[in-house]
Amino acid sequence: MISQFFILSSKGDPLIYKDFRGDSGGRDVAELFYRKLTGLPGDESPVVMVTSGGRRHHHGRHFIHIRHSGLYLVVTTSENVSPFSLLELLSRLATLLGDYCGSLGEGTISRNVALVYELLDEVLDYGYVQTTSTEMLRNFIQTEAVVSKPFSLFDLSSVGLFGAETQQSKVAPSSAASRPVLSSRSDQSQKNEVFLDVVERLSVLIASNGSLLKVDVQGEIRLKSFLPSGSEMRIGLTEEFCVGKSELRGYGPGIRVDEVSFHSSVNLDEFESHRILRLQPPQGELTVMRYQLSDDLPSPLPFRLFPSVQWDRGSGRLQVYLKLRCDLLSKSQALNVRLHLPLPRGVVSLSQELSSPEQKAELAEGALRWDLPRVQGGSQLSGLFQMDVPGPPGPPSHGLSTSASPLGLGPASLSFELPRHTCSGLQVRFLRLAFRPCGNANPHKWVRHLSHSDAYVIRI
Amino acid sequence: MPYLGSEDVVKELKKALCNPHIQADRLRYRNVIQRVIRMSKLDQWGQAEVLNFLLRYQPRSEEELFDILNLLDSFLKSSSPGVVMGATKLFLILAKMSPHVQTDVLVRVKGPLLAACSSESRELCFVALCHVRQILHSLPGHFSSHYKKFFCSYSEPHYIKLQKVEVLCELVSDENVQQVLEELRGYCTDVSADFAQAAIFAIGGIARTYTDQCVQILTELLGLRQEHITTVVVQTFRDLVWLCPQCTEAVCQALPGCEENIQDSEGKQALIWLLGVHGERIPNAPYVLEDFVENVKSETFPAVKMELLTASLRLFLSRPAECQDMLGRLLYYCIEEEKDMAVRDRGLFYYRLLLVGIDEVKRILCSPKSDPTLGLLEDPAERPVNSWASDFNTLVPVYGKAHWATISKCQGAERCDPELPKTSSFAASGPLIPEENKERVQELPDSGALMLVPNRQLTADYFEKTWLSLKVAHQQVLPWRGEFHPDTLQMALQVVNIQTIAMSRAGSRPWKAYLSAQDDTGCLFLTELLLEPGNSEMQISVKQNEARTETLNSFISVLETVIGTIEEIKS
Repeated sequence: MISQFFILSSKGDPLIYKDFRGDSGGRDVAELFYRKLTGLPGDESPVVMVTSGGRRHHHGRHFIHIRHSGLYLVVTTSENVSPFSLLELLSRLATLLGDYCGSLGEGTISRNVALVYELLDEVLDYGYVQTTSTEMLRNFIQTEAVVSKPFSLFDLSSVGLFGAETQQSKVAPSSAASRPVLSSRSDQSQKNEVFLDVVERLSVLIASNGSLLKVDVQGEIRLKSFLPSGSEMRIGLTEEFCVGKSELRGYGPGIRVDEVSFHSSVNLDEFESHRILRLQPPQGELTVMRYQLSDDLPSPLPFRLFPSVQWDRGSGRLQVYLKLRCDLLSKSQALNVRLHLPLPRGVVSLSQELSSPEQKAELAEGALRWDLPRVQGGSQLSGLFQMDVPGPPGPPSHGLSTSASPLGLGPASLSFELPRHTCSGLQVRFLRLAFRPCGNANPHKWVRHLSHSDAYVIRI
Repeated sequence: MPYLGSEDVVKELKKALCNPHIQADRLRYRNVIQRVIRMSKLDQWGQAEVLNFLLRYQPRSEEELFDILNLLDSFLKSSSPGVVMGATKLFLILAKMSPHVQTDVLVRVKGPLLAACSSESRELCFVALCHVRQILHSLPGHFSSHYKKFFCSYSEPHYIKLQKVEVLCELVSDENVQQVLEELRGYCTDVSADFAQAAIFAIGGIARTYTDQCVQILTELLGLRQEHITTVVVQTFRDLVWLCPQCTEAVCQALPGCEENIQDSEGKQALIWLLGVHGERIPNAPYVLEDFVENVKSETFPAVKMELLTASLRLFLSRPAECQDMLGRLLYYCIEEEKDMAVRDRGLFYYRLLLVGIDEVKRILCSPKSDPTLGLLEDPAERPVNSWASDFNTLVPVYGKAHWATISKCQGAERCDPELPKTSSFAASGPLIPEENKERVQELPDSGALMLVPNRQLTADYFEKTWLSLKVAHQQVLPWRGEFHPDTLQMALQVVNIQTIAMSRAGSRPWKAYLSAQDDTGCLFLTELLLEPGNSEMQISVKQNEARTETLNSFISVLETVIGTIEEIKS
């Protein structure tokens, strides 16, 4: 089972170190781990590593780690354990630490060392998992989290994951969700909040002739609750929501997904009839539902790219004209759009003509990077890029060839965020709480929909 | 697991798993197992733990097997990948006699595995990909229709991309070969040279089945005139020509011009080999080789020089007029000026061979130019699911079987370190693969105060005399059923330094064996194993020449472990 657990900062400084079984050499494993990690040859897998040679105490010890918000969470074991369970445990620990310390990061961990050790003591005993439920743990945890700065309403600069917009179109500050779950003793008033996010991750592959080769949507409904545990809530999903290929509900196009899995605490009594999920969430973060959808998307794809490439083999001049059309509804928009286009080796100079001033394009690591901070639905943006491709001249040039693009160009990949948009069309109809706190105001409910993608690939 | 461990049912199960008497009472044993499975309110860690206990259970009848599978069915639908994989493993192991159940389970786990493969957690994704590869070894067509899920995106880390390329290479089929090749072709021009080369090798692997399409792609890649691509393509060609002779013509047409873009040793060797073996089909082969011969002085790699010698001689046999002069110069250089002894010797060898006569040279050098049968040998045959069922959901698929073997070998050696604490048998209740069993056996002698001395072989006479003169110090009965191989037992005992003096033939009843061992203080342990006919128990009698209960107990526990281990392997 688990011998040690430690957390390293991104620079390799040990923040937390705990030995559960006393069967291992000591603290310097953390250093050993970081040395191994940084000294990895390119093709080796850094998820699971084994020590060999060196001091014999560390011999044959497996390191299994995840990277989470810039930190390395590592467990070591000397047994042939299930990697799935261990990785799950690590990500669960990351969530728990986030719940208890507000957010997970180098700063919060080092401010809350005592709390983290207390948590680890309760979660793991002699290397065996005891419990990871927030519910159970809150009976044992005494230490209060130290929060870096007081929660301020004026901090609206960046929009975080949770709580961007509400049903009443009020705005919650981005840091609203990043506070510890157990601030119960300090202030009661802010306690009654629930954040519900529908997050979809899109991965798409479009062939060079514009036909769609692959669409994949991975969706989750995430809940972060600050309500007292045991309070029941009901989440209503779109009624046309259906699972599997055959089922059809309602009239109109329907919202179909291929596979759904629910968290074990979700009560599905009303799901069949009314698409309502009933649950009594523990405090903290929870993934209520996961679903996947592939190949058959109800809404049009958010982006189309129309590239045209002109290449003069003789002079090595390469001209790429990219036209990006956003097919969202005109009221919605895409944020942080970035287009990444690998270029043939050795491309040097770049001259660009972009359609609007807020865009930016540059050459980085043998690729063209085109940043579009904001793209309105229905709009069309274009960029004209001219480059020189030096290197050995190819076979006798055929003049200006418009069709044949040089090898090494493309495919283009886009990454972007679409706030208030779900690709599958799934929406949360309502979020109702059965719980009425005495004397307090109604609990705040924040619901948000978001799609994002970092693998939207268009072949050229 | 304190929360789980304090449950009465689990206590009972633990007791049952260790106690042969409870196990002998099948009804009671089965009852305990069923109650554990039915235990409600287990969280995912508890479920994973229960699944782990149950790996050690052996259902007696098919009916009971299906009972258990039905009870566990909900575990396969869990939202936690750890529980799903644990359940899959248990199903695979319990149903080892019924392949259709196994296939069915693997079909059902497809969804969760694919979901994990495209999960946001890269680490989970990687582990899932490793397991997908494991399944593909046995069921090559299993993920063919989902090939698109394994396309790489540029933002993924390197180790995931490499795994995905391997998976793509393994799941290729008639329906998807076009799309997969197109995708792989895109990777060949990736900015990362390592990844590009891995993609080219993958195309080379697919080329064994779909030769024409792949050779065409590889030929196009040569047009890029980039060193890191050309060298790998030429190496792929060399392997391909050897395995699939039908593509020789196409390869020979593609080769001219490559020599300008190859700088590294591996690539040069491959090119020179191709020029030597198939030189008669490549018009400019002698001139390319001649360039190499001209520059042989500045060549840094001895392996390239050796290859050059062989290739020049081979080409000389098929095109003597164009090569004679060049070969002469090369031989002269290698014999007179070369400092590397191996190259010099090779040069001398060929020189003397030529002196013997051209027919002799032909007889020796003109070996077959291809060997398609090698492909079949090299191609790992479809392995049965049972060969890796016990490795499923462990670290073995993640490391790869070969790497794991070296790791566990090192560990085995290291386990003799007496400072390492003994892992309690319950903690080691993970997957019990045979290698691991041996390790556990190995570590045990060091666990207590007992230290058995190796190679203390007593003569049969001396044994008999001592045996008769001593009284039985300890007598015990262990459960034993079914067939068994005395050789295995003997080997296992040897590992813990217990010598076998005499043993009945396999299958004879009653079966007897006499064993001896000596510890570092000189205390002798003499043992008789007795298997009565029709009895499902093994009787152990131990005699000791010095009465010391402490060492006696450790000796008996060693013996018990060995016998228990054999019993486990057997079942």
